[in-house]
Amino acid sequence: MSSTASASLSPSGAAWRRLMRHRMNAWALWFLIALVLLCLLGPMLSPYDQAQQNLELKASDPSVQHWLGTDPLGRDMLTRILHGGRVSLEVGLLATAVAAIIGVVYGMVSGLAGGRVDAAMMRLVDILYAFPFINFVILLMVVFGRHFWLIFVAIGAVEWLTMARVVRGQVLALKNLEFVTAARASGAGFWHIVWKHLLPNVMGPVIIYASLTVPGVMLLEAALSFLGLGIQPPDASWGVLIREGANAMETYPWLLLYPGIFFSATLLALNLLGDGLRDAFDPKSMSQQ
Amino acid sequence: MIRFLVSRFVQGVVVILAVITITFTLSQMVPGGAIRNERNVSEETRKAQEEYYGLNKPWIVRLGLQIKHYVTLDLPDSYHYKGRGVDEIIASGFPVSATVGLGGLLIALVIGVPLGAIAALRPNTLEDRGSTLAATLGICTPSMVLGPLIAMLFGLKLRWFNVAGWFDSSDWVLPALTLGIIYSAYIARLTRGSLRETLAQEFIRTARAKGAGEASVVFLHAMKLASLPVLNFLGPAAAGLLTGSFIVETVFQLPGLGQFFIAAATNGDHQLTIAISTFYAALIVSFNLLVDILQAFLNPRIRLHA
Repeated sequence: MSSTASASLSPSGAAWRRLMRHRMNAWALWFLIALVLLCLLGPMLSPYDQAQQNLELKASDPSVQHWLGTDPLGRDMLTRILHGGRVSLEVGLLATAVAAIIGVVYGMVSGLAGGRVDAAMMRLVDILYAFPFINFVILLMVVFGRHFWLIFVAIGAVEWLTMARVVRGQVLALKNLEFVTAARASGAGFWHIVWKHLLPNVMGPVIIYASLTVPGVMLLEAALSFLGLGIQPPDASWGVLIREGANAMETYPWLLLYPGIFFSATLLALNLLGDGLRDAFDPKSMSQQ
Repeated sequence: MIRFLVSRFVQGVVVILAVITITFTLSQMVPGGAIRNERNVSEETRKAQEEYYGLNKPWIVRLGLQIKHYVTLDLPDSYHYKGRGVDEIIASGFPVSATVGLGGLLIALVIGVPLGAIAALRPNTLEDRGSTLAATLGICTPSMVLGPLIAMLFGLKLRWFNVAGWFDSSDWVLPALTLGIIYSAYIARLTRGSLRETLAQEFIRTARAKGAGEASVVFLHAMKLASLPVLNFLGPAAAGLLTGSFIVETVFQLPGLGQFFIAAATNGDHQLTIAISTFYAALIVSFNLLVDILQAFLNPRIRLHA
């Protein structure tokens, strides 16, 4: 429209710039990229298997052979932490994906249906908010066994409520706008409108909210594993390692400290990035200024 | 107001009925069945036990019986702790959880509100940065890391408190501190955000223009409105705190409700599993209602409607 249009940025480009303008956000992003690479490649490059025991060594201090020392069974801590990190991140991302899919579908249907159906569906969400979900997750783990897939499905199945509200709000705001009316007038079918016009427009908030969900989900996984109801040893996640570390902390405090530091730093980076994304994509809701 | 309360009450009843149904159905699927702990029981004994607990009836009948227990407040016995009613067990575990939770809540408020208020009153100063950093670190430290660290520092190194257990009158301090530090971080963040927003509003300028002192502006005018988001967070959080965080009770080995629940779920003690879940749900529902009513008192612009 204007003559400067060619020089201006796309909305997502501008948001990216706003995100990166804060040094903390950039650090958080680089940290997470490095962490993901380390967790994927580290266990492969390591000369040790994460479950490989060396009982002669027992718990040892950091050394040239074992950079972060070994646990009481002589397993290499760094390998175990990186392997555990991969498991924790996998659960975090998969559970968030499950929550996002349920939330987007539910919110879309509710927002599009409108009227009584919408009211009933949102009332159901209100009711579900008052559920003691952690009890259900614990029961699910006991009933169906502690399978990897069940952990993220169970967590995802309880974390979709806010996502559904966010999506519904977006759909309500969008569905009566001119471009949707125009699409309908030009003969677009229901699914075409959902797929081509509504979905791309709700993706921004969905991504932002999903990035804020990941740390919560990872905490829940760690809690389950800490209680012995999540990932089962000798497999490792950060929750498992923290549990083992807490049991041995009197004699070997670093067994608790190292996985704890990795976990906290990851949560910090995820929180910073989530807040940063929200501020960058939606300057109006900026929490800081 | 009456209509609001009635509709909320009905909603709460629906929640509790749904919780009973879901936990009942799930707990029926626990592998091994309810009386698997009995070794080498004769067929007649097993039948008699099933008869006693009503396990030989169809699902829907047993669900009906289950709900009847709660409607008539004639609560069943635990399967595992023989001869003890589930209400007795809850009555023994809840005070532990509630003491720790209430302590945690107080610590969270005492640390969190001033921290957030200082940050909001002096934006972009060193105090603001420091308190925001502390809050962010608090949010990112999981209780399963913080709890053992606190136990190590105050229990093992300084020997001020017991590391674990529920024997001395001071045993609530360390678990409450763990919960309090983590929740104070959320409270500080919320207080900072909402107090800053409130201080920029017109009615604050009016109060200042009328000559109200700074302290009265902040504490009498602004805090009242700024506490709304904090309250909103505290409703569900308080219910979680009072019923005891599963993690903290595990770390400090407290005989609270969370521990009873985990034991009940793994032992196949269905009656206790259902009872504790129902108790949790009832608490959450009551706290949410309490928060809604408090909010209406604090903010004249909020009207309660069904």
